[in-house]
Amino acid sequence: MFSLSVPLGKFVRRVSRLRGGGSAFPGLVVEKIDPGFMQRALSTLPHGVAVVSGTNGKTTTTKMVVELLESQGLKVFTNRTGSNFTRGVAAALIGDVDWRGRLDADIAVLELDEAHAVHFVNRVPPRYSLLLNVLRDQLDRFGEIDKTAQLLQHIASKTTGAVVLNREDPRVARIAGTLQGPEVLYFGLDDSLLGTFPSDDELRAGPGSPVPSVPQRPEADVVLRRVGADDADFEYDGVTVTTGMKLRGVYNIFNAAAALALARSICGGGAATADHGTLLKALSEVAPAFGRGESLTVDGLPLDLVLVKNPSGFRLGLKSFPSGGYATMIAINDNYADGRDMSWLWDVDFDSLRADGVDQVSGSRAYDMALRLQYDEVQIGSVDTDIPAALADFIRTGKGKPKRVFCTYTAMLAIRRELSKITTVEVVS
Amino acid sequence: MTPESTAGTTASKGTIRVLQLYPREMNIYGDWGNALVLQQRLKWHGYTPELLEYNVGDEFPEGVDIILGGGGQDSGQLVIQDDLQSRAGLLKGMAEDGTPMLLICGLYQLFGRFFKTRSGPVIPGIGVLDIETHGTDERLIGNVKVTTPEFGEVLGYENHSGQTTLGPGVAPLGTVAKGTGNNSSDGQEGARYRNIVASYLHGSLLPKNPAIADFLIRTAVERKYGTFTPGEADDRYAVLAREHAARRPR
Repeated sequence: MFSLSVPLGKFVRRVSRLRGGGSAFPGLVVEKIDPGFMQRALSTLPHGVAVVSGTNGKTTTTKMVVELLESQGLKVFTNRTGSNFTRGVAAALIGDVDWRGRLDADIAVLELDEAHAVHFVNRVPPRYSLLLNVLRDQLDRFGEIDKTAQLLQHIASKTTGAVVLNREDPRVARIAGTLQGPEVLYFGLDDSLLGTFPSDDELRAGPGSPVPSVPQRPEADVVLRRVGADDADFEYDGVTVTTGMKLRGVYNIFNAAAALALARSICGGGAATADHGTLLKALSEVAPAFGRGESLTVDGLPLDLVLVKNPSGFRLGLKSFPSGGYATMIAINDNYADGRDMSWLWDVDFDSLRADGVDQVSGSRAYDMALRLQYDEVQIGSVDTDIPAALADFIRTGKGKPKRVFCTYTAMLAIRRELSKITTVEVVS
Repeated sequence: MTPESTAGTTASKGTIRVLQLYPREMNIYGDWGNALVLQQRLKWHGYTPELLEYNVGDEFPEGVDIILGGGGQDSGQLVIQDDLQSRAGLLKGMAEDGTPMLLICGLYQLFGRFFKTRSGPVIPGIGVLDIETHGTDERLIGNVKVTTPEFGEVLGYENHSGQTTLGPGVAPLGTVAKGTGNNSSDGQEGARYRNIVASYLHGSLLPKNPAIADFLIRTAVERKYGTFTPGEADDRYAVLAREHAARRPR
């Protein structure tokens, strides 16, 4: 069985690629005929497995960790396709192992969806885990936010080496107290930046409500001290360093601190073994993952895609990408991957769009979005649930202006598909 | 307590004080939308909204015309429990007196007689509504369409594992046409008692169901000023959002 499962998986992978099929299907086949395959392939890696999980920013953070480790000369296996389920990992492995099922890599860095990570870590205990945040995202899938925190706690409890936690997310930081085995490290924010990351519990703490006090926080391994227009300050080992950043958006740069903390831990921490010059250079060159603050060119002007999945993310997106001078479109779908519940739109303030208005609203829930904007007194150009038609109209009427599209996950896929007909869009396979 | 009043552009027909109950703990599923909709529609109808908050330990404000209660996590319900009990008499008096209230999900449950958790302990409610709730393993999640005698078709989104049964002292808000509602057996959703509208539906509820918003406003204004003369409400997007929402899968 063992000798056959890998060739068979590779064959299925090739056939399903020819068919243009889903990226996870070959993984499903191998898992069915050889359930021990993934565990065996991953158990031989000298630096083991690192799992990245949390509600927001998994894809970009994983990309950063991979590039940081590669800068230190490590050979890294990762699930690049964004297929962040166990079966997706198996599918990615099938592509990378040799015909005997061996993986030529030093470490695997895997982005895992919270719910699926639980099944994964039960079978493959990771040496490292990086837990980013627990936000109100797709609550219709997981039930409650506390439940999501429990999923992350489970990942941490199965980790054998080091767990890297977000010091500023109370639901994540709290996990430290439940752990006995692994070493615990934190990434954190300067006090001056705390206000830009409202936690879900504070979302409606409006004017007049007391500012939540800053409790005694543990020492963090890496702290994001300042975010500039195209650079940022990080502090570690008692020194503050400034580095250029290609990434945009405060939340992406906070996740850079997370990636840095994990990479330092893997490379031997401290100044001992990691070469910080090359680490920072690699960090400054990381480009956003697709749709995460990605900038395309249309009619010679930038068109930015900003993925929005939950109220905190949407708020941060609006804050990080001010609307002045831009034509703005918002596309909200309610497919399974987006979350079916539209309640979250009511926890985002759209006041910042009032001055310039929104040119185009689209997606299967375009009218929910339009209704939301109406109650925040934001002017709307037009509303069309059909994304290709709305996008064409947006590009036509917004001629001569840089453009920005805030979109949910499946709306972003649809928009990229349309844009690939008129501009260069990075192919993600 | 946070007054966020905004005066209308023309002479105001009066001031209506809207109180959000425990917005700090019970706000998790976008129920802020209900407060925002009341605030804006009061303005559209020519009244001055005054938005107040009541959180654990606050002094209870005077002259409240409408009460809003939202949903929360189980942990949030535990935090407010004692404070809510200490206000039981006051809230019961206001309810009996006819104060319009909108109670969603978590506070709908806690305004009832009790919530028996799945693991055993019974959380006492404040007994304003003749309902009881039992925690289950089953989470009821998805789009909901309810047929109601007073407000026509009501649209929203449910996400709860407590199952509620109505006693003879209250009427259901309506009958479920899509989704589950109060519990997985009797096909009823929400509760109506005096001027209380209680429901499991988020979405938020009021934006896509302006008939309920206007019921709360009309009732509050009539109680305070005798008569209600509506203004111009632009419900173009609400009508279309309802049409599209009604067609979406569960």
